[in-house]
Amino acid sequence: MAYDKFEVLTSTAYPLPIENVDTDQIIPARFLKATERKGFGDNFFRDWRYDKNDQPIPDFPLNDPKYIGSKILVGGKNFGSGSSREHAAWSVYDFGLRCVISSFFADIFRNNCLNIGVLPVQVSPEFAQKLFDAIYSDPKTEIKVDLPNQTVTLMSTQESEQFEINGYKKGNMLNGFDDIDYLQNIKEEIKIFEAAQEIY
Amino acid sequence: MGKTLFDKVWDAHVVRKIEDGPDVFFIDRHFIHEVTSPVAFVGLRRRGIDVMYPEKTFATADHNTPTWNQHLPVADPLSANQLSALAQNAEQYGISHWGLGHRNNGIVHIVGPENGITLPGSTIVCGDSHTSTHGAFGAIAFGIGTSEVEMVLSAQCIMQPKPKKMRINVNGELGFGVTPKDVALYIISQQTTSGATGYFVEYAGDVFENMSMEGRMTVCNLSIEMGARGGMIAPDEKTFSYVKGRKHAPKGSDWDKALAYWKTLKTDTDAEFDAEFTYHAADIEPMITYGTNPGMGMGVTGVIPNAEDVEGGEMTYKKSLGYMKFNEGDQMLGKPVDYVFLGSCTNGRIEDFRAFCSIIKGRKKAENITAWLVPGSHKVVDQIKEEGLDKILEEAGFVLREPGCSACLAMNDDKVPAGKLSVSTTNRNFEGRQGPGSRTLLASPLVAAATAVEGVVTDPRTLIIA
Ligand code: SF4
Repeated sequence: MAYDKFEVLTSTAYPLPIENVDTDQIIPARFLKATERKGFGDNFFRDWRYDKNDQPIPDFPLNDPKYIGSKILVGGKNFGSGSSREHAAWSVYDFGLRCVISSFFADIFRNNCLNIGVLPVQVSPEFAQKLFDAIYSDPKTEIKVDLPNQTVTLMSTQESEQFEINGYKKGNMLNGFDDIDYLQNIKEEIKIFEAAQEIY
Repeated sequence: MGKTLFDKVWDAHVVRKIEDGPDVFFIDRHFIHEVTSPVAFVGLRRRGIDVMYPEKTFATADHNTPTWNQHLPVADPLSANQLSALAQNAEQYGISHWGLGHRNNGIVHIVGPENGITLPGSTIVCGDSHTSTHGAFGAIAFGIGTSEVEMVLSAQCIMQPKPKKMRINVNGELGFGVTPKDVALYIISQQTTSGATGYFVEYAGDVFENMSMEGRMTVCNLSIEMGARGGMIAPDEKTFSYVKGRKHAPKGSDWDKALAYWKTLKTDTDAEFDAEFTYHAADIEPMITYGTNPGMGMGVTGVIPNAEDVEGGEMTYKKSLGYMKFNEGDQMLGKPVDYVFLGSCTNGRIEDFRAFCSIIKGRKKAENITAWLVPGSHKVVDQIKEEGLDKILEEAGFVLREPGCSACLAMNDDKVPAGKLSVSTTNRNFEGRQGPGSRTLLASPLVAAATAVEGVVTDPRTLIIA
């Protein structure tokens, strides 16, 4: 089992309504030097969280005591664009988040999240706006992400929206399995495929 | 209904389809480097699994290597640690490894094609998003995360839903001073950084047909910057003659068989795309970016648009211009620049050095400019010397460095200091990409060269004698 199972998560959320947040912001390249998957949470959004003298920037949402401890981040459109570094998804997880909500995700980042147990939830731009408004008016607002039913609900108003995830990935998340477990079980089939290949 | 080039290659690599899930997708060639692979090997060991086909994976060190004194031990202990992890993993599992100083060493997306590892119709992945470069050969090539690196090592497959298909046509003749980099930056400026998310792009039209293999690599390289999974161009005679005779390319009767197959790799006339766009070569100028994503680009003679005239939120736009210390309405031409970087898998090939030299020849580097010229591989270095370009550079006051990714992502010592402005031939102008606080303008090698000799952002067309 690769990571903790994901079923229903109810939590407050960090708001980050900036568009096109790229993976260089989520985890700057200079922190990619580890040879183990450890400690990436400390450098999550490093250059937006800390100033030049390594002092926390108080008004950045991830530093704001109002939101600390949330397990969900609500991000702006086109979240996670840029590089393929899985370190970005690791830093999300290591920071303590299990779910990112956005009206649009970059492909590789979304994939990487699903592979390591962070649930990317894509909602309509209108619903995303409702979430931001609700969080800003009350930072204690809770959001419920229900994976079995594929719904995301704003608890204060009970407004809810369906989200999409393919059945296979959903099964993985619910069980805490990953693709490597799956592939190990079909190795014979892969060998036959390989043997039939003529050119490469 | 006919098939697209992408369909043909994709469908030939599906091992198994999972209902309501991804395809089990077979990978022919896998590149690894020191930054995104170590954790994958840790995973393999933890699970106690072996590398399934070590001969299909190729390791090269590039992301955090120094571009100076490569014969000395790497000073940064963390980088040295990653480099030695790569070497040890390659050794332990029997993977070919081109480490620092090896004749074949260089940026992964440059050495792959150079050595004939990149073949038409193949599937190629690497833990680096610019793997899309290899699509120039009619391959399906894209970047993957470290979990997927582990999948490929352990089972030679990844699990991928098939992306949607987009075709981008560019027809006509490119203007004077307009390079493949400008074509790509133009397309991205039209598509924005998310316009092609969820798609795999095929580039078609006479602009790409007339482009060299190097130019096609530059274009496919930048596909990811509009959100696309990758980009590809149908292989043709140019492709075949580039591949022929290279180290890992098929030989003899294998070549004949491969060639016959490769010639079938074209989009059928009745095939359909999920989206299609057509642009005109005549509309493309030498380009420059002004913001903090590659979609924020314009013709080099243009002015920064007002927030209300661009798509997307005003707050994000203003934050971006604030970081760059620019204002709406500013012109880029004439802005004093501190650094010029020529290199990366986008523009670190021989043609890029030729282009750069065509401008600086007989001129001098401006005093205010620190220039980093970093060839993509040792083979590029050799060719630079063979063609005497090194002499031209030297006479103009430039120094050639040793190959690697360098200031493309600034994991080594080549970092642009905070607040400094850099004109760079790379692929990303994100905040801090070239070093914390650095400000990056993306441009072609011609614009970079013109800027390097003038000291301010310069339209190369004013320096070329037509
Ligand atoms: S040059 Fe830049 S984009 Fe290319 S492989 Fe290196 S880090 Fe990645």
